[in-house]
Amino acid sequence: MSIYSPPEGWLQAPKGPERIWIGLALTWCIVMSLAMPYWHFYGKQNSSGESYRVSAVDFGARVRQFAEANKVGEEAGIPIVEIPPGGDGYLLARMWSFYPVLKMKKGQTYRLHISSMDLQHGFSLQPLNMNFQVLPGYDHVLTITPTSTGVFPIICNEFCGIGHHMMTGRIIVE
Amino acid sequence: MSPKEPDEKRPLQKLMDNPWLLLTLGILIPTLSYTVWGWIELWLLPAATLP
Amino acid sequence: MASAVESLPILGNHPTDQVRACDTTSLPVCLTAQKFIKLHAVAAVVFLLIGGIAALALGLTRWPAVHLLDAKWYYRLLTLHGLNMLIFWILNFEIAVLYFAGSVLLNSRLASKSAAWIGLLLMVVGAITVDAAIFGGKSDVLMTSYVPLKASPWFYLGIILVAVGALVGVINYFATIYIAKRDRTYTGSVPLVVFGATAAAIIAVVTLLHGAVVMIPTLLWSMGVIPSVDPAWYRITWWGLGHMSQQVNVCAMVSIWYLLGTLTVGSKPLNQAVCRGAFVLYILFINLASAHHLLVDPGVGSGWKIWNTSYAMYLAVLASMIHGFTVPASVEVAMRKKGFNRGLFGWLANAPWRNPGFAGFFLSLVIFGFGGGITGVTLGTQQINIMAHNTLRIPGHFHVTVVGGTTLAFMAITYYIVPLIFQKDFYAKALCRLQPYLFGGGITLMALGMSFAGSYGVPRRHWDIEFTGGQFATGFDAGAHVMLGIMGIGAVIAFLGLLLYCLLVVAAVFFGRPIHGKAMEAWNEEPRGQMDSAEVDDHRTPGTLVLVIVFLTTFAVYYFANWMWLSDLWEVR
Repeated sequence: MSIYSPPEGWLQAPKGPERIWIGLALTWCIVMSLAMPYWHFYGKQNSSGESYRVSAVDFGARVRQFAEANKVGEEAGIPIVEIPPGGDGYLLARMWSFYPVLKMKKGQTYRLHISSMDLQHGFSLQPLNMNFQVLPGYDHVLTITPTSTGVFPIICNEFCGIGHHMMTGRIIVE
Repeated sequence: MSPKEPDEKRPLQKLMDNPWLLLTLGILIPTLSYTVWGWIELWLLPAATLP
Repeated sequence: MASAVESLPILGNHPTDQVRACDTTSLPVCLTAQKFIKLHAVAAVVFLLIGGIAALALGLTRWPAVHLLDAKWYYRLLTLHGLNMLIFWILNFEIAVLYFAGSVLLNSRLASKSAAWIGLLLMVVGAITVDAAIFGGKSDVLMTSYVPLKASPWFYLGIILVAVGALVGVINYFATIYIAKRDRTYTGSVPLVVFGATAAAIIAVVTLLHGAVVMIPTLLWSMGVIPSVDPAWYRITWWGLGHMSQQVNVCAMVSIWYLLGTLTVGSKPLNQAVCRGAFVLYILFINLASAHHLLVDPGVGSGWKIWNTSYAMYLAVLASMIHGFTVPASVEVAMRKKGFNRGLFGWLANAPWRNPGFAGFFLSLVIFGFGGGITGVTLGTQQINIMAHNTLRIPGHFHVTVVGGTTLAFMAITYYIVPLIFQKDFYAKALCRLQPYLFGGGITLMALGMSFAGSYGVPRRHWDIEFTGGQFATGFDAGAHVMLGIMGIGAVIAFLGLLLYCLLVVAAVFFGRPIHGKAMEAWNEEPRGQMDSAEVDDHRTPGTLVLVIVFLTTFAVYYFANWMWLSDLWEVR
C-alpha cells in the first residue's frame, strides 16, 4: 500500500487501463502543445509582450504631445484623441484614471503604447474582456485592430490603492 | 521495457530512489527555464523610441 | 509487502523512550515528530480560522447586494485572507505532513528537535508579525505586494521569517530521510506517500529560495536602503515564491490522496513506477508554469511565455492526469476486491461516503480535477489568458484547486490525524460526516459564481463594480450581479463548513476523550451494498476509465470553446 515500501522490482511498465489512459492523456498533451504555437503564427489574438524601457517622465511627455497633436474633442474634461490610421497611439495609466480617451477606426491597425506613471495597473477593455498588464518603466506595445465599433470602457483590474475601483477610461471606435 | 535481473537497478529507478539528484534537478530546471530566462528577457529589453 | 515493515524492529533509530507504537496501524510514531506535527497542525488551524473569517467578510462584500465592508477594510482583509490561507495555514499543515511522512512512514526519529523548534517559532512569529503589520494599516498591498506598492517593513520581514522557518522545517525533513536511509530503518525504496512528500519538499526549497531572493531586496527598499525594485523583475521572482508554493500544495494533496485511499479503503497503487514517475514530472516541470501569471505582461516574450506556461509541453499536466486516474483506480480495485463488483460504479456507490476522511478525499479529487485542472490549463494558455487575466475567473480557478482541492484534502486527513496523532476522539461524529460536503459544496458554488462573473469581465480584487466616482460611467450586466450573488451564497456555505471543521477539531484536540491503548473507532460503517465474490484482477478499472474519459471530453470541449470565444475579440499582438 502507499504507506509501505514497495516490493522489489516495482519498476514495471504500465499495462491495461493505465496504459490506455497514459496514451490518451499524452495525445491530449501533444494536441495542447501545438495549440499555442499554432495560434502564435496563425491566430489573431496574441500577447507577445512587445515592450521597451521608458521613464515615466518621458512617457508622460510623449502622451501629452500625442494628445495635443491629435485632439478631436473632449469628454468629462479629458481630451478625445484620434490615433492616425496605421500609426502609434499612447495611453497612460495613473492613480486613478486613464489618459486620454482614444478614438480609432474599425479595421485599422494601430500600435498602442501603454505605460504607467506610478504603480502597476490593469488595462481591461470591456465588454470585450481583453486584459493586459501595465507597468511603470515599461512601454507595453499592443499591435491592435478593432473589429467592432462602439464605446468601450476601460477598467483597471490591478489593485492600485484606495481609488482603484474608481479608475476607468474609454476607447471609441467608429 | 524488457525485464532485467531483479538486483540490477534500472537507471529510472536509480533516479527515483535518489532524492538528492531529484532535488538538484528540481531546483536547476525551473530556475533556469523560468527565472533566469525571464530575467535575461528583461535585461535585454531595448530603450523606447516613442515614435 | 506489509512484511517489509512488520519484519523491522519497532525501534528503527529511535531512542527507546522516544517512540510509541500506533494502536491502530502499528506504525512507529516518533514522539518528537508527534509533538511538532501537533504544534504545526494547531497553528495551521488558527491561521485557517483567521483567513476564513476574512473570507466571509470578503464574500459578503463582493456580493453587491450586501457590500459589507468599506473599501479600506475590503483591501485590508483581502491582504490578510490571501496570506493567512495560501501561506500560513497551508505551509504549517505541510510541515506537519512532512514530519509525519519522514518519520512515521520510514520508522525513523525526526532528525533535529532544535531545528523543529526554530522552524516552528519562526513560522509563528513571522505570521503574527505580518498580521500585525496588516492591522497596523500601512500594508494594504494584497498578498502579492506588487512593487511599487509599498508596505511596512514589518510586513516583508514577517514573510521572510515565515519562509526561513518553513525552509528550516523542510531541511529537517531532508535530514530525517537522510538519517533514515543511513540507519537502515527501512529497506528498498521509500513508500509512495514519502516519495510524494519528498516531491513537495523539493518544490518547497525552490519556492523558498525564490522567496528570499525577492523579499530581501524589497524589504531593504521599504526601509529606504535601496532606491527601487524593478516591477517586472519583482513579478517574475515573486511568482517563483507565489506559484511554486501552490505546487507544493499539489504534491502534498496528491500524497494525501494516496494516504487516504489506503486508510479508508485499503487501496494500493496499481503501478508504483507510474505514480512515482508522475511525481518526478512534477519535480522537473511543474514550476515552469509560474509563467501563467505573466502571460499578458510586458517584458517577457512569446517564446518564454509559451514554453514555460506549457509546463514543458504539458508533461506536468500529464502527471496530474496520471494521478487523476491512478488514485480513483486504486480505490476501484480495492472496493471490487472487497466484493463490490457490480456494474461500472457499484464500487463508488458503496464507498464509505459517511467516512469524512473518504468523502473529503474523493470530493477533493473530483473538484480539483474537473474544476481546477480543466480551468487551470485553459486559462493558463498565453492567448486565452487575454480574456481572463485579473478577472474573477482567476480566483474562480484557484479556489477550486487550492481550497476545494488541497484544503479539503487536508481537512479530510485531519479526521485521522486527530485520533492517530493527537489520540483524541471527535465529538459530534454526525457533524464530522457532514463537514466535507458542506465545505466542498460551498466552495464549488462560490467558485462557479466567481468564474461566470469573471467571464462577464468582472475584475478580481475590486471593491466596487459600479465604479462609483469614476471618470466614466460603466458597469456590468444583471447576469454578472446574479453570479456574484451565487458567489456570496457559496462563500457563506463554505464558511460554515470551515467553521464547523475548526470547532470539531478544537473540541476534539483540547476537550476530546483520549484514546490510548486501543485502536481508533473506525469511520467506516458496515457496508450495506450488494457484494459479489468474483475474482478481481489488479487492473480491472472500467468505472475509473469511464470517469476519466468523461473528464477528458469535458476538458476538450471547455478548451476549444475558449479558443472559439477568443477568436471573437479584436486582433492584437
